[in-house]
Amino acid sequence: MRSKRLLYPYLVWMALFVIVPLAIIVFYALTDKAGAFAPGNLGYVKNSASIYLDSLKIALLSTVFCLLIAYPFAFLMSRMKVSRQRMMNMLVMVPMWMNFILRIAAWILILDNNGILNRILLAFGMSRDALPTFLNTEGAVVVGMVYNFLPFMILPIYSVMAKIPNSLIEASRDLGCNGFQVFRRVILPLSVPGIITGITMVFVPAASTVVIAPRLGGYNLIGDQIDQYFKGSANNMNAGSMLSLVLMIVILISIAIMNRFDRGEDTVIM
Amino acid sequence: MKRFIALTLAALFCAIPLISLSACSQQTETLTVCNWGEYISDGTDGYMDVIAEFEERFHVKVDYVLAETNETLYSMMKSGGGDYDVIIPSDYMIARMIKEGMLAKLDYNNIPNFEANIMPQFKNLYYDAKNEYSVPYFWGTVGLLYNEELYTEEVTGWDNLWCDGYKNQVLMFDNPRDAFAVALQKLGYSINSENEAEWREAADLLKSKKFDYCMDEFFDKMPGESAVLCAYYAGDCYSVMQENESLRFFRPEHTNVFNDAMCVPATSAHKELAEKFINFMLEKDVGLANTEYLGYSTPNKLVFDALPEEMKENDDLYPEMQDTWEYMHLLPENIENLMNELWLEIKAENK
Amino acid sequence: MKHVSRLYLGLVFAFLYLPIALMIFFSFNSADSLTQFSGFSLDKYAQLFQNAKLMGVLRDTLLIALLASLAASVLGTMAAIGLYNLRVKVRKLVMNVSNLPIVNPEIVTGVSLMLLFVRMKDLGVSLGFVTVLIAHILFNTPYVILNVLPRLRQMDLSLYEAALDLGCPPRRAFFKVVIPEIFPGVLAGFLMAFTFSLDDFVISYFTGGSFQTLSVYINNSLKKGVKPWMLSLSGCMFLIVLIVLVLMNVKDIRKEKLQNSKNY
Repeated sequence: MRSKRLLYPYLVWMALFVIVPLAIIVFYALTDKAGAFAPGNLGYVKNSASIYLDSLKIALLSTVFCLLIAYPFAFLMSRMKVSRQRMMNMLVMVPMWMNFILRIAAWILILDNNGILNRILLAFGMSRDALPTFLNTEGAVVVGMVYNFLPFMILPIYSVMAKIPNSLIEASRDLGCNGFQVFRRVILPLSVPGIITGITMVFVPAASTVVIAPRLGGYNLIGDQIDQYFKGSANNMNAGSMLSLVLMIVILISIAIMNRFDRGEDTVIM
Repeated sequence: MKRFIALTLAALFCAIPLISLSACSQQTETLTVCNWGEYISDGTDGYMDVIAEFEERFHVKVDYVLAETNETLYSMMKSGGGDYDVIIPSDYMIARMIKEGMLAKLDYNNIPNFEANIMPQFKNLYYDAKNEYSVPYFWGTVGLLYNEELYTEEVTGWDNLWCDGYKNQVLMFDNPRDAFAVALQKLGYSINSENEAEWREAADLLKSKKFDYCMDEFFDKMPGESAVLCAYYAGDCYSVMQENESLRFFRPEHTNVFNDAMCVPATSAHKELAEKFINFMLEKDVGLANTEYLGYSTPNKLVFDALPEEMKENDDLYPEMQDTWEYMHLLPENIENLMNELWLEIKAENK
Repeated sequence: MKHVSRLYLGLVFAFLYLPIALMIFFSFNSADSLTQFSGFSLDKYAQLFQNAKLMGVLRDTLLIALLASLAASVLGTMAAIGLYNLRVKVRKLVMNVSNLPIVNPEIVTGVSLMLLFVRMKDLGVSLGFVTVLIAHILFNTPYVILNVLPRLRQMDLSLYEAALDLGCPPRRAFFKVVIPEIFPGVLAGFLMAFTFSLDDFVISYFTGGSFQTLSVYINNSLKKGVKPWMLSLSGCMFLIVLIVLVLMNVKDIRKEKLQNSKNY
């Protein structure tokens, strides 16, 4: 029980499957097909600058929407009776357990030109020519992301809010805080760790996701671009590695920045 | 305690390969065939289930996997993921694979039907001049498919794809070579152009409109009327026209002729069985089922002769070759790389 | 105020559940069209179970999830105990490396493992079941560690030492005292790993070659459009999730009642 030796298998494991693969990515990123040093690979990043920006934009938008929807939701949830809270917690998690790709399929069914939404509009007397297009728009991509990642924002915020005792809120009211002040001075500061975790858990996958943009938006984001280099039309593992490396650095830096806002020691896990 | 954990660990890690082996159930030889979507008769509409027939006749198991485009097939093989035994790439990709040593030379003793059944004009073609690596599967042309009821403008050529309106209802090939071919032809250039400026111009043309880029979704979207106009392969157009009577095919003056052929990758561990599979595909009944079900144009004499008259005489499927039509050739490396980069730009900007 | 908050909760739940509800509703549709209701039938469910390829994929996916989360539980528990005995600084360092596969964008983890496995081709490694399994163990283990470590910290070590003082051999003391203490953490980690494994797409997609897990198979089929069996599959998955959750909830409520009765 007092032994450190139990860690050794895991250290070997990590060296083999965490460190070595990252080293290989760095190697591929800096070389060409023949294996010679190729700083020119940075050119691929320059060409993809606008895709990086697009991906960040979509990820930011999705994160903001998730936060706006999740924050009041988590608060209301945390003020319920304990048995109710557990029930709500469950209800939030159920959609997460449906398959990721099936959830995207559901939105295709709704947003397609002949989809459920347009059929409803037709039923209300709209003419076929006047029907709006939902699928293959940036809006559809954001909706898809918010739908997929919303539980990852609700659950961490809820889990810190559940720990705020009602008595604390009542006390601050008794001491003369109005509703807004209670929120500003008590609830918001105490929920920061949950917000930080939530933002990380939504932003990172949203910025690097595959499939959602091509299926719902008809275009590629950075994750799909990397996919194209490895398994898609443009077979170029060096370019793909370079883009992945830069993506990783960007993401790790943003996580580090986020964590600076978090004064607490323990990160919240679900 | 440590010993116990070591033992459980050892047991677990021994169990993993055992279970994974049993999961693959390798009692019989398994042939991995990689094909395009909707490119074999699979038993629907009363035609033969070709794969099941082969499994039964040769007592083997076929692992039938799909690739979306020539380019993804190439990527899968290069990245080490795709260990296939039979693949069916198109002409220009066969040329590239031969050049890069990715294909095995075939033993035609195992494929007697090649000599006997394939029409002479489909032997020793441009992509495999000595016909050492490939056996023709289907050929065809590319044209426009439109819905007469919903797309009301006059269809005259590739220009129609860039029409105003019909937002989100115009489909385009979701692979670089075919999409660029359409754009180059609209601009009046060769689809094998070696001029970088022409490719850039074609890329700008593709970027100028938001297309719905898709491949196999075509089979849902055109007959289901969620799209009204697209460029696609004649054979597939023919088969969806049987489902929706408002669909019409139009072949622009400048178009390309493609040949798809069966090949065996150099890495195949079941080369002989793969050759038997290829030979099987050239049999009259098998070829007939494929051809009638898919609508593509067959290079197989026996099969062609047995086709119903309405297919044989259909000009969409079996046209006279025109001087304005082109084959797709292997592109020089700089053009190939440029095309791939431009393609990624197009796909990223298609918002 | 109460009505407003009810309405709000209701709207969010509608957003979360409407797409799933629509899928399930249309899974009972008789027509070929996916979005036009014309009558009740179970055709799409029959198609689901007749799809032999899908059934094989489903079996592989469950096997991978089960094996990967079991292996991750053992590896992760061992690692957590080892980590617990490290100095804080070293522990933080190791934890940072250990968390990389879940902090990093999934696609980077997937792509880097794919490159590793492709590089190992000469050693007889080819992308498939085993490589997917390794990748799943890799991203599952940190979840187990994160769940077990807090349990170890909460544990009263004097209990274990008392057992030793009373002459209990260390191995026995470990299994009789430590394991029961940390078991809820291991179980939570296992369940989390299992669900993440089942749902994973990106990492299986890159490390699997032509081997397909459920997500990869659905994605490949989705390229041809939404298929009828996807609707019935949603229906079945929803039913299973619901049953599991209800069972878990019933157990929780029972436990709570038991505790309440003890308090009185």
